[in-house]
Amino acid sequence: MAPPVTIRDLRFDWPGGRFGLDVPAFDLPSGAKMMLTGASGAGKSTLLALICGIVQPQAGRVDVAGQPMSGLPPRARDRLRADQIGIIFQQFNLLPYATALDNICLPLRFSPRRRAQVSNPRDDALSLTQALGLPDDLVLRAKSTDLSVGQQQRVAVARALLGAPPLIVADEPTSALDVDAQAEFLDLLFAQVTQMGASLLMVSHDPALAPRFDIVQPLAKIAMPRRGAA
Amino acid sequence: MLWRLALSSMRSRGLTVVLTALAIALSVALVLGVEKLRLGAKISFADTISDTDLIMGARTGGVQLLLYAVFRIGAVPNTISWDSYQQIAARPDVNWIVPISLGDSHRQFRVMGTTPAFFDRYKYRSGRDLTLRDGAVMSDLFEAVIGADVAETLGYQIGDPIVVAHGVASFVQHEDTPFRITGILDKTGTPVDRTVIVGLEAIEAIHVDWQDGAQRPGTPTPPETLRQMELQPKAITAALIGVQSRLQIFTLQRAINEYPSEPLMAIIPGVALQELWGIIGIAETALLAVSVIVVVTALLGMAAMMLAGLSARRREMAILRALGAGPGTIMGLLLAEALFIAAIGAVLGIGLLYAGLVVAQPWLDVAYGIFVPISGLTPRDLLTVLAVLVAAALVCLIPAWRAFRISLADGMSVRN
Ligand SMILES: Nc1ncnc2c1ncn2[C@@H]1O[C@H](COP(=O)(O)OP(=O)(O)OP(=O)(O)O)[C@@H](O)[C@H]1O
Ligand SMILES: [Mg+2]
Repeated sequence: MAPPVTIRDLRFDWPGGRFGLDVPAFDLPSGAKMMLTGASGAGKSTLLALICGIVQPQAGRVDVAGQPMSGLPPRARDRLRADQIGIIFQQFNLLPYATALDNICLPLRFSPRRRAQVSNPRDDALSLTQALGLPDDLVLRAKSTDLSVGQQQRVAVARALLGAPPLIVADEPTSALDVDAQAEFLDLLFAQVTQMGASLLMVSHDPALAPRFDIVQPLAKIAMPRRGAA
Repeated sequence: MLWRLALSSMRSRGLTVVLTALAIALSVALVLGVEKLRLGAKISFADTISDTDLIMGARTGGVQLLLYAVFRIGAVPNTISWDSYQQIAARPDVNWIVPISLGDSHRQFRVMGTTPAFFDRYKYRSGRDLTLRDGAVMSDLFEAVIGADVAETLGYQIGDPIVVAHGVASFVQHEDTPFRITGILDKTGTPVDRTVIVGLEAIEAIHVDWQDGAQRPGTPTPPETLRQMELQPKAITAALIGVQSRLQIFTLQRAINEYPSEPLMAIIPGVALQELWGIIGIAETALLAVSVIVVVTALLGMAAMMLAGLSARRREMAILRALGAGPGTIMGLLLAEALFIAAIGAVLGIGLLYAGLVVAQPWLDVAYGIFVPISGLTPRDLLTVLAVLVAAALVCLIPAWRAFRISLADGMSVRN
């Protein structure tokens, strides 16, 4: 099976040219749980955006599941992302006006491939949220804004996992949680990722979390930032 | 599912959305209402006089003749001699003819001398008759029938005396020969409402003691003497004519236009009315322009509302992007939202229009003589609504395009 992520000779500049990133080579092995560390502003979120195909590198290539994310036309890139990657943000993951269930099922709308993986979206979503310790009533009826931050993050995990995408990308998903909630959240996340056989690429500042991961990758080792007028 | 979410998203911004839709509704109702009113006014105007085949007068412009003979506006340039009138009246193709004599006034209202046949022959709004609200048609030399507006404005009742002024806007009065009101007409919405109608001979009678616009010195002729006199007019101002057969209209018109002993002209009322409407139609265009501007304002308001809402919705857009929505999808969602709001507005506006018509129709008829028929939407109305929707989509390309740019530039995390 193709590795979930490979990057070669990547060069990227944000519009405006105040920050850029060079990544000569980066590989995420299949099934690995990797922690990406680095100082604030080092470019971790930028790298994730590149991997997810939300922004385009000026040079080099990003492959996701063996497909050239960086070489596809925009529509196909969006589709590849929808098919292959479950994304969890630091916070505010959910559409506030929709229920948790609607939020969880939304990726299926953009990815027929993931839709084909689930027999019944509602039931699959509920079994995921049950595994993540969320009461059904909350998932089915409550507005997302009525959920606690920890609950919202767990809903985001369910959304990222539904339809079993092979790669989960999480950008500091625990930084808005207190220590106990962090541990619980990670336990649940890891259990689900392992169960699905997905790979995990997670950004975190917290060195205490490092022992849980297969690989801890400091950004500075793989990427050279460029700052100032380019 | 995306639609359901888009709806919930709108519901979460309910008040703004409703107000925006309401603004569009009002503007749509206004545009359609102006159009209905315009049509109603046009039809009512074209129906100011009906069943009259020709209007005859001294040779002048067609619109001018229409203005003074029917609308009693403007100066009467010349008269028709009684001889000519009788020659025309005697033609075999003339079915009926009603003479009209203008030139005097009562307060701000014109006085018209005519024969009792006028009340049978003058029709409006596709053949409606003049009807008396009160009293009867004049039978004596010094009796008058007044239009509804005259009665209302001056507070006149049956039996009230009125004094006719010589000329228009003049202070010289025919004081020695007062008239008595014998009849008040129903409201018609035509210039008849603003007319004092007396017998043709009466116009002659009040001028017996006058010469060249001034009263002859000496004792005025008493009314009793006047009643005995042979009061055949020497000239009239205009005449309404009905032909035997419609086919003869043009022949008769040509005959009058080429009448040898005096420069006369005849106009077909419908044609002249249309010509006149063409002139005053500028006002109608202005009205339409204003209502179009109101629509544009409402649509710009919607675009501004969306633009202002974008920054609050950046998170929403970033989430959708991360889940696999392309920037095009996000742009499409915004456009769909705009169209949806505009469509709701249009439907509401159409409802408002008909509600307004039901309420305003009787009042417009009574107060202004404009009959606005409550009919379905014309193809032109539907086209207008369609244009509003298209314009809504076009205007909202601005926020949609901005959303497109934002969703490309924001990357994974929303930046402010
Ligand atoms: N959408 C954007 N447009 C332009 N510049 C951006 C954008 N997002 C990030 N940057 C720039 O890229 C640089 C790196 O930002 P990035 O968010 O990748 O850092 P980070 O390592 O994730 O930091 P943190 O730990 O605080 O999240 C910053 O200097 C930022 O100004
Ligand atoms: Mg970051």
